[in-house]
Amino acid sequence: MDFAFLTGQIFNGFSVASLYILAALGLALSFGLMRVINMAHGEILMVGGYLAYLTILWVPGPLGIICGMAVAFVVAGILGGLLEVALVSKLTSRPLDTLLATWGVSLILQQAARDLFGATGVSVTAPAWLDGTLMIGTLALPYTRLFIMLIAIAVLAGLAALLRFTRIGLLVRAVNQDRPTAAAMGVNVRQVDAFVFALGAAAAGIGGVVLALLGPVTPNVGQSYIVTAFLVVILGGLGSIVGTTIAALMVGMITALSQIFVDVSFAQVLTLIFVVIFLQFRPQGVIAIRSRALDAE
Amino acid sequence: MKSIPFLGQGVGTIALALAVAAPWLLSAYDLNLLARFLALSLTAMGLVLLWGEGGILSLGQGVFFGLGGYALAMHLKLADLGAGEIPDFMVWSGLTALPWWWALFKSAVLSILMVFILPAAIAALFGWAIFRRRISGVYFALITQALALAFATLLISQQGKTGGFNGLTDYHTLVGFNLNLPSTTTGLYFLTLFLVVAAFFGLRWLTGSRFGKLLRASRDGSNRLRFLGYDPTPYKVVAFTVAAMLTGVSGALFTLHAGVISPALVSVVPSIEMVIWVAIGGRDSIAGALAGTLLVNFAKDKISTAFPELWLYGLGLLFILSVTALPKGLAGLVGPDHPFKPEKLGDMFARWRRGKAANATAPKPTSLAEEIAA
Repeated sequence: MDFAFLTGQIFNGFSVASLYILAALGLALSFGLMRVINMAHGEILMVGGYLAYLTILWVPGPLGIICGMAVAFVVAGILGGLLEVALVSKLTSRPLDTLLATWGVSLILQQAARDLFGATGVSVTAPAWLDGTLMIGTLALPYTRLFIMLIAIAVLAGLAALLRFTRIGLLVRAVNQDRPTAAAMGVNVRQVDAFVFALGAAAAGIGGVVLALLGPVTPNVGQSYIVTAFLVVILGGLGSIVGTTIAALMVGMITALSQIFVDVSFAQVLTLIFVVIFLQFRPQGVIAIRSRALDAE
Repeated sequence: MKSIPFLGQGVGTIALALAVAAPWLLSAYDLNLLARFLALSLTAMGLVLLWGEGGILSLGQGVFFGLGGYALAMHLKLADLGAGEIPDFMVWSGLTALPWWWALFKSAVLSILMVFILPAAIAALFGWAIFRRRISGVYFALITQALALAFATLLISQQGKTGGFNGLTDYHTLVGFNLNLPSTTTGLYFLTLFLVVAAFFGLRWLTGSRFGKLLRASRDGSNRLRFLGYDPTPYKVVAFTVAAMLTGVSGALFTLHAGVISPALVSVVPSIEMVIWVAIGGRDSIAGALAGTLLVNFAKDKISTAFPELWLYGLGLLFILSVTALPKGLAGLVGPDHPFKPEKLGDMFARWRRGKAANATAPKPTSLAEEIAA
């Protein structure tokens, strides 16, 4: 194996990791806050992809994809907010039931996409300014992949800034650290929950647009990423952005580097084995804000 | 409200009598469906032990279903072959010799043993690795889901050794019996029925035993159990293992009745569908899980043939409604604490009725200050 191939795979690892970051961030945030996992999160990715397709039909030209992102951010955010208010908030303190109920939502959204857009999927053509590759020596880096990394970094930075510098960010951190105390101080924890859920869905909407650049948008497109995104959340620890990022990088690298030696299906098995072994040593994940092994029941 | 005495036993006896008479009552097609769904109900019963009693939700039961199914199907494939032949899909994939681990399944006895041992051993190992580190709840559900995905992907990718996407199908003899004869299918139906009844009473005994009590205790308060000097890990591992073994047998029986086992039957989506049978029937009730399995699967068979696109909407709604409106499933409707009592908390109807009752009859709440003033 030559050096260029190895660096190429490392680059691939980063680009796969960027996708997982976009898919897993929202999950990790609401998981840290509410201990629930939204199984319909993959379908929010899918909705983002279809929104990109529709927006580009409507706004052709070089800026279509950017408009698509704005639309996907808003619509996916609204969808997430609705889902939280209508369903998830009714099932607090029953995380396993939330899994099942949101899985039901995911089935309905998939079938709706199949009825509206057909089972074969639609494709989004990347704008001209994303065609081409950046050559560094013998290494060819496609612009689309670089763009995905940029988007992931931008979303991460935006989210970190929001949590660090804004009032609502302060409230989110407060609820994340100690929900009862935050509630006692007058924080409307229910609103914070809904806000975080919607924000996470909005990030996933952007993730969906990015996915649309890589391949066709099908009703099942979310499913192909979401199971691994769940593993990233588990690996990352409860609701930590840094932990999720590190976990996404680890999973991305394992996927990309193991493909040097084995095929894609074995890479998936290796990822799972890695997660199980990792949890033997750090069952709380990469970064745990709270490390009270006893309160996790 | 006290439940009517012997109601359960009465209904159970009638159901069993009908099941025994089924080969003479139903058409061959419907009997085959019933046999398939009875086989699936073993999976559901395993989930009652694991999820209802143990509070452990596994979204990867398809893996054990597949291990049982494939273990038997490999033997059935080999049983049809002459000396020195290899299965047709291996020839198409360019294999010339049988892989060594396939050769083991030439023995019928070993294959049937494997149906029990393989899922149980893998579940025990996997469960021990996970539960020992106190990983449970959502974490466990998602890890098992990833397990199901990895298993199915592996099966599909190893075309030459597993039959790939099409799985293993087209077999004719089981230990000398011709699987296409009606007498054999009836015999297999009774075998399935016997195993379902045995599993039913076996699980009743297990959940009623000291083990069952400690398993429920680990569900309701692992920490308290630890403070009392018990380690919850072995109870969870045993529950997961027993459930996996039942699921393996379920997979093997299903393979016999359906004549096929394939990755599409063991992946993420079917694995989570197995949970909905139990959620609909009642996660705390073995009989409920049995009824839920039959009900959901017959509904699926009827609806998905008539309106294929409608079924997924229906299934999605079933998931949502079963956890919001019917958290105890159908069994919860007839059990001693059914939800139609206004004082019953924890379901949507009660809240709704309480709201109506409060509006209609309750006096206006007086504030503490008014009470003191009065």
